[in-house]
Formats: sequence, C-alpha cells, structure tokens
Amino acid sequence: MSRGRGSNLARLIFLGPGLIMLTLLAVVPMLLMLSTMFFQRGRFGGVVYEFTTANFSRLFQPLYLNVIQDSLVVAGLVTVLALLIGYPTAYAIAQLPPKWKTIALLAVMLPFWTNFLIRMYAWTILLSGPGLVNEALTGIGLIDKPLELLYTRGTVVVGLLYGYLSLMILPIYSAVERLDPRLREASANLGASPVRTFFSVTLPLTLPSALIGAVLVFVPSFGNFVVPEILGGGKAIMVGNLIRDQFLKARDWPFGATIALVMVVVTVILLLAQAVVSRRTRSA
Amino acid sequence: MTLLSIEGVSRRFGNVTALSDVSIDIQQGEFFALLGPSGCGKTTLLRILAGFETPDRGGVRLDGADLLKLAPHKRPVNLMFQSYALFPHMTVAKNVAYGLERENLPRAEIKARVGEVLEKVGLEPMANRRPAQLSGGQQQRVALARAIVKRPRLLLLDEPLSALDKKVRAEMQLELKRLQHEVGITFVVVTHDQEEAMSLADRIAVMDQGRVEQVDAPVTLYDRPRTYFVADFIGANNLFTGAIRGGVFSAEGLGPLPSKATTADGPAALAIRPERVRLTEPTPGMVQGVVVDVSFYGGVSHIAVEVTGLGRKVLAATQGSARITPGTVVGVTWRPEDAVLIAN
Repeated sequence: MSRGRGSNLARLIFLGPGLIMLTLLAVVPMLLMLSTMFFQRGRFGGVVYEFTTANFSRLFQPLYLNVIQDSLVVAGLVTVLALLIGYPTAYAIAQLPPKWKTIALLAVMLPFWTNFLIRMYAWTILLSGPGLVNEALTGIGLIDKPLELLYTRGTVVVGLLYGYLSLMILPIYSAVERLDPRLREASANLGASPVRTFFSVTLPLTLPSALIGAVLVFVPSFGNFVVPEILGGGKAIMVGNLIRDQFLKARDWPFGATIALVMVVVTVILLLAQAVVSRRTRSA
Repeated sequence: MTLLSIEGVSRRFGNVTALSDVSIDIQQGEFFALLGPSGCGKTTLLRILAGFETPDRGGVRLDGADLLKLAPHKRPVNLMFQSYALFPHMTVAKNVAYGLERENLPRAEIKARVGEVLEKVGLEPMANRRPAQLSGGQQQRVALARAIVKRPRLLLLDEPLSALDKKVRAEMQLELKRLQHEVGITFVVVTHDQEEAMSLADRIAVMDQGRVEQVDAPVTLYDRPRTYFVADFIGANNLFTGAIRGGVFSAEGLGPLPSKATTADGPAALAIRPERVRLTEPTPGMVQGVVVDVSFYGGVSHIAVEVTGLGRKVLAATQGSARITPGTVVGVTWRPEDAVLIAN
C-alpha cells in the first residue's frame, strides 16, 4: 500500500497529544498511586514501602463494605431515575421543531455549564428548614411544619440526579435524533401500533446510547463526595467521601488507594458490560 | 373493478403545492406507475395512501371504503420504502415476520409464510443474516418480501429500484413483474425513471407540479401524448410551438408543417419522434437545415439538424449507421399522420 506510511505518520501526529495526555499523564500517576495499596502508611502520613495485604482485609470490614454497598444502591437508584426521566425528555426533544429543539437542548445544558458546587449550595437554600420549598408547602397549607428535606439519603439521590441528568439526556437525544424516521413508518406500515413500534424498534435501536448515558451518570454518582457532603450533611457517607477522608484527613494513602481500586473495578466492569451490549445490538 | 380511487386530492406545504386536485382510479390486479420528475408530488401521494400524510382536500377509497379514516397501522396497504427501511437489529426472517406477528397469527403459520415468501424471492439461505450483511439487491428483496408477506390489498413501491446498479436493476424489473403476476396484488410504483415505468406498468400516471398530466398505457403515452409536458418528458421528441389555423399547423418562424389537424384552431404544439423524422433532398417549401452532428449508438444513429429559422436542433434517428455527414444540407420532413398535435 502506497498510502500506508504517510497516513501512519499523520495518524500518529493526530493521536499523539491526546493519547499522551490521557495515558502517560493520567494512567501512570494513577497506577503509581494505586500501587501504594500494597504498602503501609507512615506514622505521620506518607507511605512506608513494606509489603502488606492489610489494606485489603480492612476493606472487607462491614463498616466499609456497607459504605460501598450504600454507594452502589444510591448510584444505581440515581441511574434508574435518570433513565426513566431522561429517556422521555430526550425523545420529546428529538420530536420538536428545529427552533424549539435548540432551545430545549440549551435548557438541558445550561445547568451543566454552571459550577457544580454552586448548584449544590443553591439547592440547600431551596430545601432547608425555612427554605423555599417548605415555605411554599406550608403556605398553601399542604403541611403544618417544615419537612426534613435536607441531609437525608433521598436528598443525595435527588441532588445527584439533578447534577447528572443531562449526561443521560444528551446521548439518548442524539440516538433518537439519528434514528431513521422511516424505520418507525415501516413499523406502522407493517401493522404495529405506536406503542409496539416504540418497544420493538425505537427502544432497541437507542438502547446502546441509553447505556452510555447510564455509565456516564452512574460513575460520577458512585464516586461523588460533594453532594453527600453538602446535601447529605456528611451523614450519608459514600465511597467518594471515604476516599477523600483517607487521603486528606486520615492521611492514609495506602488505604485510600485500596478503596479507589473498588471504584476503578466497578467502572471497568460497567464499561465492559456496556461495550458487550452495544456490540450485540449494533452488528451481529 | 376499481380497487383504489383517489378523488380530488390536494395537499400544500406552506406555499408549495405538492398535490393539486389529483384524481386517479386504479384497477384490481393492475401494475400502476406514478411517473414524474422529483418534486412532482408522486411521493406525497404515496405517503397519503400509506397514511403518513393527510390531504388538505379530497378523498381516497379502497374497495369503496374511506381509507383516510384508518390509522397507518390499520390500513391493508403495504409500502416498500425507497431506502428499504429494514430493521437493522433484526435478522432477515425477523424482518419479514414482523408484520405477521402484529396480526397475532399462530407461530407455525408465521414460520411457514415467512419461509414461503423468502423462497419466492430467493433469499432462504440468508434468513438468519442481518440487513447489513446483505447486498443492495438482496436488501431490496427482503423489503419486497416483508411487504408482500402481509398479502396486502395494495402494495406501494417507492422508487423500488433506484438504489440498484444498472444490471441488477434490469434483473429485478423482470422479477418484480413476475412476482406481481404470481401474487396477484395490485402494485402502485412511484418512479422518476420512465424506462422503469414503461417496462413495468400496465398504466402510467404522468405527474408534474402536483398535477396529473395524463393517465394511459405506456404505448399510448408514447404515441399520443396529450400535453406538452408528456410529449417532452416521455422519450425523445422534437417539439414545435405554433398555432393551428384553418386545420393547418404553422410553427413560429417556420411556417406550415406536415400534420393532420384533429384539434380546433388556436395555439398548439407539434411533436414528432426522432425515429419518424425523414431527411431528404431539400426541395422548396420544405423545412431545411444543416447536419451538425452524427452520433452512432450501435443499433441506431442520431442526426442533429440545425434548422433555419428555428434556432434549435431537430433530432432524427435512423437504423444502423448513417450515411450522412455533417455539413450536408437536408430537407426535414415526416408523414403527416406521425405528427402529434397538442392544443395549448
């Protein structure tokens, strides 16, 4: 092949900067950091390079297992809710006339461009005891005394959902938008009702993108420590908080790295599952 | 027996008139073609029949019953899409079975009918493949199988052969015709390709700018075009504009031309097919011109003659190679009965 050499060089030049950033500068330090889990913590922080497996046995203590399990449940709940709310939203946006489509997409992305921390603090104003929601509810006489809206696990779920919903909507929207409208017409023409068409044609063909959305929502929810801290009031601890505490408060890098490994493993499993499902629906 | 009658259907999109008072009757068992340039409204009409569009005015009856009242998925009408619109996530067999499954037929019957129709289109060995693994011709056959397996009263085909290369196309044309005879379903095919329409259809409706220009058998359309558009659109034609006065057609700038006037006096056009034009020794009073171009196409030769006073070339076709050379001055004539007069 005559074009082989030249285009290989071009490919390398294009790929180089991005891949170096992402592999050398991200994977290498992360591997170095993760490798500390085989060692002991120093007395005043830092790492003492003596091999140990103590970090792993500590991980399996009920205390930590519970936090991991809770985090999985919260992130899973957030993902399912995001899917249930995000899919209809994305579907509806894709059916809008072009002008309204742009406006709706902007509305979806606008909060995403706003600082995450600020958005979460803004919610505390909304949900606190004398906050806007409670005022409104007592105002219209629906409740007698303010509800405890802040600092519960439910608040954390709602906060994460609010924070990451757009990551679910955008990939689904692009899949529904790309879907050939004639496939739906063909389905109707062959005698399928609109509901049947949705479940037999639209949903299966947009599922891979919904799964991408699910991974995009699940992963940052699972490792989040800002939302449990601000909206959960530090009472609902998640894996993210645990890691943060180990690194910043307990100065126990080796154990922090061990918990971080859990996150990496969960993420990799999810990505693999998503890849398998989307390959099965796409080609085969 | 009339199967489908389209009565005064009109449809506008904004200020574009897609269909303007279209009325067509289609007979049971007929192979009918809607022919016209792109944008003539033929696809809109097809989409109205399938239920994906609704007309602003007019009605459509199938077997005497109002078709427009039925939702798209309840119509006994199947459409073969131009791009085939096969479900990419289903196998060939699943694609074909899809319509039957919606009728809640017993599984054994579905299996038998899918097998039968796949055999008919020669795709049995491909039953478990996905559409992406098939060639264009094979996908086209799946689309056809998926549409006919439902045994619709009416089968609509939107540019069914346009995505195929020339050779496969000719093959599929024959196959379509054979299938239509075999299954006895009424076919309505939409196409911009006149050769396709001429070779396939029993009758053709020629459409232009949302209007039906003429509905006739292919031979009649070719020999007796009733409008200027049809004369110009179907096959090659030499067209002269002018007027009929006292039973004689005179062309602008040329004077009287050979014709048998059957229409009343008034502005008109004369159409004469290239193969009917005869080139002779020029004699006074005859249309004269200079041969400017001779092209040999194997079976026929085309001779272009620059006619004095017309400012346009007249095309003549002869069998085999032409013995005439460019630069020759010739007389251009034809038998009066070969000319077609079209009143404006």
